[in-house]
Amino acid sequence: MKIVGLSGSIVGSKTRTAMEHTIKILAEKNPDMEITLIDLADYDIQFSDGRNYLEYEGDTGFVSKVLMEADAIIIGTPVFQASIPATLKNIFDLLPERAFMDKVVGIIITAGSAKHYLVAEQQLKPILSYMKANLVQSYVFIEDQDFYRKEITNDDVLFRLERLVDDLILLVKTYQSMQETREAEYGF
Amino acid sequence: MEAYRVNPKNGLEFGLYTLGDHIANPHTGERISARQRINEIIELASLAEQAGIDFFSVGESHQEYFTTQAHTVVLSAIAQATKKIKLASSSTIISTLDPVRVYEDFATIDLISNGRTEIVAGRASRVGVFELLGYDLRDYEELFEEKFELLLKINEEEVVNWSGEYRAPLKNAKILPRPVNGSLPIWRAVGGPPSSAIKAGYRGVPMFLAMLGGPANSFKHSIDAYREAARLNGHQPDELPIATAGFFYAAETTQQAQRETYDFINEGMKLTNGRGFPKQHFAQGAHPHDVMNIGSPELIIEKILYQHEVFGHQRYIAQMDFGGITFDNLKRNIDLIGEKILPVIKKYTREKSEGQS
Repeated sequence: MKIVGLSGSIVGSKTRTAMEHTIKILAEKNPDMEITLIDLADYDIQFSDGRNYLEYEGDTGFVSKVLMEADAIIIGTPVFQASIPATLKNIFDLLPERAFMDKVVGIIITAGSAKHYLVAEQQLKPILSYMKANLVQSYVFIEDQDFYRKEITNDDVLFRLERLVDDLILLVKTYQSMQETREAEYGF
Repeated sequence: MEAYRVNPKNGLEFGLYTLGDHIANPHTGERISARQRINEIIELASLAEQAGIDFFSVGESHQEYFTTQAHTVVLSAIAQATKKIKLASSSTIISTLDPVRVYEDFATIDLISNGRTEIVAGRASRVGVFELLGYDLRDYEELFEEKFELLLKINEEEVVNWSGEYRAPLKNAKILPRPVNGSLPIWRAVGGPPSSAIKAGYRGVPMFLAMLGGPANSFKHSIDAYREAARLNGHQPDELPIATAGFFYAAETTQQAQRETYDFINEGMKLTNGRGFPKQHFAQGAHPHDVMNIGSPELIIEKILYQHEVFGHQRYIAQMDFGGITFDNLKRNIDLIGEKILPVIKKYTREKSEGQS
């Protein structure tokens, strides 16, 4: 099973901190899985120009392919101007319409305050649903006050991240077994 | 229809098209050589002709996993190996070629084939060819429109005066050789959404409509939009032929046909397009109203006749060699088409003259 963590902004440290912690939980609980963390800050990604994702080169091609090959993706994102950052939206624009079909996607949001707690619900989920993701419905919303010097200090957030990881893995396994059952019925 | 060498009295024309894909057999992991693949395509065209198939076309694709980039060269070999089957491209990416050279090539193939050649001009679904041949992707739309117009002009006028943005001007340029009958049928290749079909109708040129899968009535919108656009712009829709193209594969039973194709199409799509073909959609493709013509000869006959009733098209073009399907299986398909499918299709789509029933 291939799981990819995607940290969707190129600035700041909170989303990355949350993602690193989530990946750690994931790896401890599932040592047999292939886990990759992609922090967009480490890559030089071009804007989408509408071509097929296979035709992008360099970092853009690499990140697109890693995401397309994943069984599950955990997206971590801050809130910029009452929405997701352009860097994350660009990743969606690079991929085909039904890119997340048969994939499970979980969400972690980091934000300065609770003011924009519906951004995931009203802006990120519609995009992911359009791209046919099987969503982990509960997402983890983490505020500034939950961090101290690149550590998460709120136990409640840690518990919620653990639940996100468990739900994600259970959903992937469930969808995969549903898929196998259905495909076995076709006889081709 | 005469201008495009189509006679509806003879019934629905049946053709084969290949993109010249060059993909490993997903079951064995082995890929035949490019030499073998190209020669098998040429042989397939000869066998198609012997089976009574009306039309054979070859496409150009410049990405990895394809082998007929020089599609006009392959077509000229087919022209020499055959005597009566119609030949065309599927398609020629006119956007990144010089229309003068394209016309010279196809007029020459028309002379070799004694008047059997047509051009299907398309816009490319992939962008690699723009970089390869030195064009800017930002000119995607306009490159096609300008060069397609020039191609049509060369077809209509032997001496051409022209100027445009993407090619040096032509002053009293005589474009030679001329084809056997003075001009060639030139089609516009169209993908799924109606917007592209409308452009073909607007210009009053025949439409080659590619369909991967899905219910026939979704493609009917494109066909209606095409005819309506033609009518609104002073063309006669009933004088403009329509061809539809899509996946085809016949075997004894529908399940056997699905078994012999699914992995090839799924893996081939993954390699060339980056996404597989969902098994659920593929399974639904066996419904008589779905345009994917994969199944028993009886099912395929039912589907093609249904599509003919819905679309009223003049030509159906089958793609059956995608994803590394073996040549033996292709030959078996040709036999099934010739012996079982074609006679019935022709019988039920032929226009009946007075006194016949």
